[in-house]
Amino acid sequence: MLLGRTANGLYWMSRYIERAENMARLLDAGLRLALTETTNSAEEWTSLVVSAGAETAFRKRHSEYTAATVSDFLLRDTCNPSSVVSSIETARMNGRMVRTALTRECWESLNEAWMSLKRLLANPIDERELPSVLDAIKRDTALFRGAFTGTMLRNEIYNFASLGTLVERADNTARILDVKYYVLLPSVHWVGSSLDNYQWESILRSVSAHRSYRWVYEVDYKPTLIADYLILNPRMPRSLAFCYRGIVEDLRQLSEDYGVHHPSYDIALKVLKGLQVSSIKDVFDYGLHEYLEGFIDDNARFSQAVAENYRFI
Amino acid sequence: MPAFDEMRPENSGLRQPYQKYQAWIDEQDPARLTEKMQDAERVFRRTGITFAVYGEDAAAERLIPFDIVPRILSGQEWRRLMQGIEQRVQALNAFLDDIYHRQEIIKAGRVPRELIANNEAFLPEMIGVRPPGGVYTHIIGTDIVRTAEDEFFVLEDNARTPSGVSYMLENRETMMQLFPELFQRIKVRPVANYPQLLRQSLAAVKPEGCEGSPRIAVLTPGSFNSAYFEHAFLADQMGVELVEGQDLRVIDGHVAMRTTQGYKRIDVLYRRVDDAFLDPMTFRPDSALGVPGIMDVYRAGKITIANAPGTGIADDKAIYSYMPEIIEFYTGRKALLPNIETYRCSEPSSLSYVLDHLHELVVKEVHGSGGYGMLVGPASSKKEREAFADKLKAKPSNYIAQPTLSLSTCPILTEAGLAPRHVDLRPFVLVSDRIQIVPGGLTRVALKEGSLVVNSSQGGGTKDTWILDD
Repeated sequence: MLLGRTANGLYWMSRYIERAENMARLLDAGLRLALTETTNSAEEWTSLVVSAGAETAFRKRHSEYTAATVSDFLLRDTCNPSSVVSSIETARMNGRMVRTALTRECWESLNEAWMSLKRLLANPIDERELPSVLDAIKRDTALFRGAFTGTMLRNEIYNFASLGTLVERADNTARILDVKYYVLLPSVHWVGSSLDNYQWESILRSVSAHRSYRWVYEVDYKPTLIADYLILNPRMPRSLAFCYRGIVEDLRQLSEDYGVHHPSYDIALKVLKGLQVSSIKDVFDYGLHEYLEGFIDDNARFSQAVAENYRFI
Repeated sequence: MPAFDEMRPENSGLRQPYQKYQAWIDEQDPARLTEKMQDAERVFRRTGITFAVYGEDAAAERLIPFDIVPRILSGQEWRRLMQGIEQRVQALNAFLDDIYHRQEIIKAGRVPRELIANNEAFLPEMIGVRPPGGVYTHIIGTDIVRTAEDEFFVLEDNARTPSGVSYMLENRETMMQLFPELFQRIKVRPVANYPQLLRQSLAAVKPEGCEGSPRIAVLTPGSFNSAYFEHAFLADQMGVELVEGQDLRVIDGHVAMRTTQGYKRIDVLYRRVDDAFLDPMTFRPDSALGVPGIMDVYRAGKITIANAPGTGIADDKAIYSYMPEIIEFYTGRKALLPNIETYRCSEPSSLSYVLDHLHELVVKEVHGSGGYGMLVGPASSKKEREAFADKLKAKPSNYIAQPTLSLSTCPILTEAGLAPRHVDLRPFVLVSDRIQIVPGGLTRVALKEGSLVVNSSQGGGTKDTWILDD
């Protein structure tokens, strides 16, 4: 038996840890792109903030999009609820609330991540320190994930936490693609200028897929293949298809345990089906931007339905 | 007169209970001990054993400092304490039952009527209610101080929602991790089964008509409460749910919690929420921490609340001064563990004595706890005493005063080696169809040299407490 409030806490704990990690990855990719002289760096930094879904909040704090303002806003700003420091704070607050549901290893790794990241992000970060700070964020969140997958019983507690991770990740991948969808569209630069190459690599890098892409596809980046990889490839751990495969599996277990088939399960099955039967050509034919927008909406609707069906509040 | 040191009293040698420990510590490298001290702090910080200090930044979480030198009591000393505590706890429960029913003790003239009737801790809603199993105080923490080889006093009876038991358990756990070899050499009675005993004890007083094993939950005010760590810890160790007011609702005459599969009934609630917040329909209407209607369910006998509402009347500091009479009245015997002499400032002669002797007394608020709002005479400045005298004169019935006791000391590890500091002791008592006391307790220690204030909120620390198996 699990309290609805506890399920809610588990779900959001995972979402915020995932968010902290994604934020670090996003910045990492942004930094590299900004180092490339051919790009318009203000534009790149802007799109980073848009991917993070934090445009309005950013404008309230800063007038210019630069490496310093954007990285400070995404990492350290407590006014930004999705900054790394806010995310880890929220994750830990939720974790503290549900700590009886977590193994000791899990709780301790979360608590340690919170302590070390708070210290790390307490003061403005020198640009030269940025790469090591981003590494630390990825390491701390990975440690938590390791403790989680390594020690947690695969029961309802695991399922609700896992749902949080996957919903957040799917949302993140879809947003990254949507912000950059235009660089993936067929154009006069179809063969791929060096600028396009940087952009494509940046997209892959922001989901840590720039190396594995080459293992799965070919040496050259092709926009359709990149989209295929991030949307439809069920083996790529940050793709939309992968996330929804996991989501459906979590819901299958929950509905078996509880003996109840909720509407949220149907939503997830439908989304997964769509990801399984489509080819990337279908997606481009439909319109990449429209497709991604639709997905982001479905994902949010699904999240809402889970909260209702399992009495989160 | 110097304080009684429990390890090495002045003018006599090492006391028996500490002999094996002394032999061990003589072999230790001081640098290694200092390292162990730091290890202990890391352990506590990592596991998040923290508490919030009221009045500081809401987000501030602090560690209660832990000292690695154990406080050791012999089996014989412990047995003596146990007998005294058992007697006291029996008397407290009998007193509560009496106060909420026939009030024989008032009729007999042993306790003044106005002390009860005008007391905020007395709940008229509890009149005529008999809790499941007839138990009022399921969990008690009795604060005990020592002043000499054979002199123990009860300082306070915490009969509402005593805290600190998680520190007793974690302190032992930490000591066993740091010094496993020490526990092989010295036979210390274990405390680790406390959560199990607590669960059994709560289950034993399930409501009448509850079939099978009861569903138990711990009610916490939430994760911002200073003792949240303990609430979560106990729920976890007992394997029961940790609930907040927002999870609970009265449905069909029962208290139920919102789960991922709908509402499920609760039979026994170990609440760590004060009376005033328990039921917004009966008590404070602005409380979001409680459960609307729970008092109706309680009065209908459909849920056990531990401790029962209204038990605060038993640990009120004004009532405390009557404990010797209360014990004699209900047990027919003199108190085995004496009270500390207490001046009730509500009585004019006492008040004038207290005002004349502020510099040597400890003055406490009747309803205060945690060391807030008290004056420690000998440690106070003239200005502080004058300000306090004004408060005292304005509302005398709000205060009691006690002589400043020369609390016993135990050594702590400082940078300059072992040094004595004042301590007290809180053993934890469980009441169901029987009374059980886990052999141990929470030793609180004033870390500042010469200080008598051991409260964690005022800079006190804790020690592991060993009861020897002899």
